[in-house]
Amino acid sequence: MAEVTFKIYRYKPGAIDPPRYDTYRVSIEPHTTVLDVLEHLRLDDPTLTYRHSCHHGSCGTCGMLVNGKEVLACVTRVADLKTDTVVIEPLRHQPLISDLVVDMTPFFEKYEPVGMPYIRESEYLPHSQPPEEVGAYTRFENCLECGLCLSACPVVGSDPDYLGPAALAAAARVVQEPRGQDVPTVLAMVDTEEGCWRCHAAMECSEVCPNDVDPGGLIMFLRRELLTGTSRSGGKR
Amino acid sequence: MNPPHVVVIGGGATGAAVAHDLALRGLRVTVVERGEVTSGTTGRHHGLLHSGARYAVKDQESAKECIEENMILRRIAPGSFELNNGLFVAITDEDMAYRPAFLEGLETCGIPYKEITPQEALAREPNLNPAVKAAVEVPDGTMDAMRLPLRFLATAQSHGARILTYTEVEEILMQGRTVTGVRVRDHVTEQTYTIGADIVVNAGGAWAGKIAALAGVDVPLQPSPGVLVAVYGRWNNMVLNRMHRSGDGDIIVPQRTLSVIGTSSWVVEDPDRLEMKAEHIDLMYEYGAQLVPAIREAKLRAAWAAARPLIGSGGAQTGRELSRTFKCFDHAERDGVEGFVTIAGGKATTARGMAEVTANVVVKKLGLDAPCRTREVVLLPHTAYYRRRA
Repeated sequence: MAEVTFKIYRYKPGAIDPPRYDTYRVSIEPHTTVLDVLEHLRLDDPTLTYRHSCHHGSCGTCGMLVNGKEVLACVTRVADLKTDTVVIEPLRHQPLISDLVVDMTPFFEKYEPVGMPYIRESEYLPHSQPPEEVGAYTRFENCLECGLCLSACPVVGSDPDYLGPAALAAAARVVQEPRGQDVPTVLAMVDTEEGCWRCHAAMECSEVCPNDVDPGGLIMFLRRELLTGTSRSGGKR
Repeated sequence: MNPPHVVVIGGGATGAAVAHDLALRGLRVTVVERGEVTSGTTGRHHGLLHSGARYAVKDQESAKECIEENMILRRIAPGSFELNNGLFVAITDEDMAYRPAFLEGLETCGIPYKEITPQEALAREPNLNPAVKAAVEVPDGTMDAMRLPLRFLATAQSHGARILTYTEVEEILMQGRTVTGVRVRDHVTEQTYTIGADIVVNAGGAWAGKIAALAGVDVPLQPSPGVLVAVYGRWNNMVLNRMHRSGDGDIIVPQRTLSVIGTSSWVVEDPDRLEMKAEHIDLMYEYGAQLVPAIREAKLRAAWAAARPLIGSGGAQTGRELSRTFKCFDHAERDGVEGFVTIAGGKATTARGMAEVTANVVVKKLGLDAPCRTREVVLLPHTAYYRRRA
């Protein structure tokens, strides 16, 4: 068991304003995650606010900056950080509500209109034979809608009108597998100055994505599609 | 005249479904949740859309609730499930001895099933333990534990419900023996204020006992945590269950790009103090590997604990003895406290049914004639929850 210092960003409009950092010493076990630490601290301080739900990197709510890097707190083990001081701050480029809580509304305003179906065909165990009633095995899309990519993107920080990596990646998934969506409409949505052409290819989005969506790669895919036009007929992968 | 106002305490699956049901019946609804929505037990379950088969032998009331709600959810929340069905598999002779009672239970509970040969089971799930002796297919599925309740909340919002997150109930207000509202603390501004209500619904899940105590009443609730383990990779596409009595590590739910192994079971007094039992991680691997041997080598993504909100108390040792069914308490009848209703127990799969029963009690108390419509109304997509918060 080791003791680690946590410096946590605190802000509450009108109450903790300007923001400050509160410091805590916490004993950690090998399996203790950053989210476990926050849950532990909240027992004594119910005013500490943060988003969380699934605790296994599936819902995407607990995105935050840990020592300056975008992570999901629930799958970030403190021991793996290999430091005795951990700084926890809210995600960048999204409106701050309180402490570590950001407002996801702008994220969804750009992401939802793309209309990516949340279910896709499962590519796992490709030789297995699904039950007749099932047809083909399906699974949820990779994107957890966590917003880490928006926080890490240097363009999102300087240009609020940029569609951003999450929405562009969702658009690419529709182009790859339309599943009833209208591909030309989605391509028109991203074929704009504030769409896929705005990306600087810094690739920070793909670096921080906790579920291998590779938004940067998908933005490049969209550019190729628009330049070569192979998917205008709605071609499947 | 304004329609009556109901305050729902708890923004988990139950509170979300209750808000949706009441809003559809034309009531004014305010949900208060001390943290983010679905941050208690709801978000942390396996993500299993239950067919009810797990309870078909020992807990048939819950099994029947599950299969009924399973079929309704497929209709009202299309696109929210990985509908790959599930297999119950027998690996040992002991499992085989459970098979006749299991099949009889499925019949009794009206759960559709199909027995398939071990060869066929292995063709469907190549990573399944080759020692499989029998396999029964049932309509299990995978749900997104957060995004399904978000659809209830989004639809409730579209019918006027207010969802107040980071808003903790500090006091249940009473005049004599009648509940008149709640005093809450807003953890964003640290202001406290009161919200008046014609009826307050306690949908606090594993915390329902603590909330009921604020109104001076007792509900027989036993928080029962379990450890779950998520590993990288989809080792199976169907939900795989062990065909035997409910026990530790007897299910692997594939979900997205992960597989979730669950779960263990013990009991606690305080659902806020869940210690993650590290030794249970090894147990989950060990039992999971009996279903899918390759799981033993799978990389760990996360291990966590979640508290089931089981009904019952006094003497429960592990929580396995307690039913997964639900119960709605009208505290006027039970404790002489008017204007206060608790919905307790249940499962994510049965949240809609729990809400229907609760809302029936609420409208009856208010003297309204407003039938339930949640069996038919298709829910808005989960993304609408955030879009409407602007």
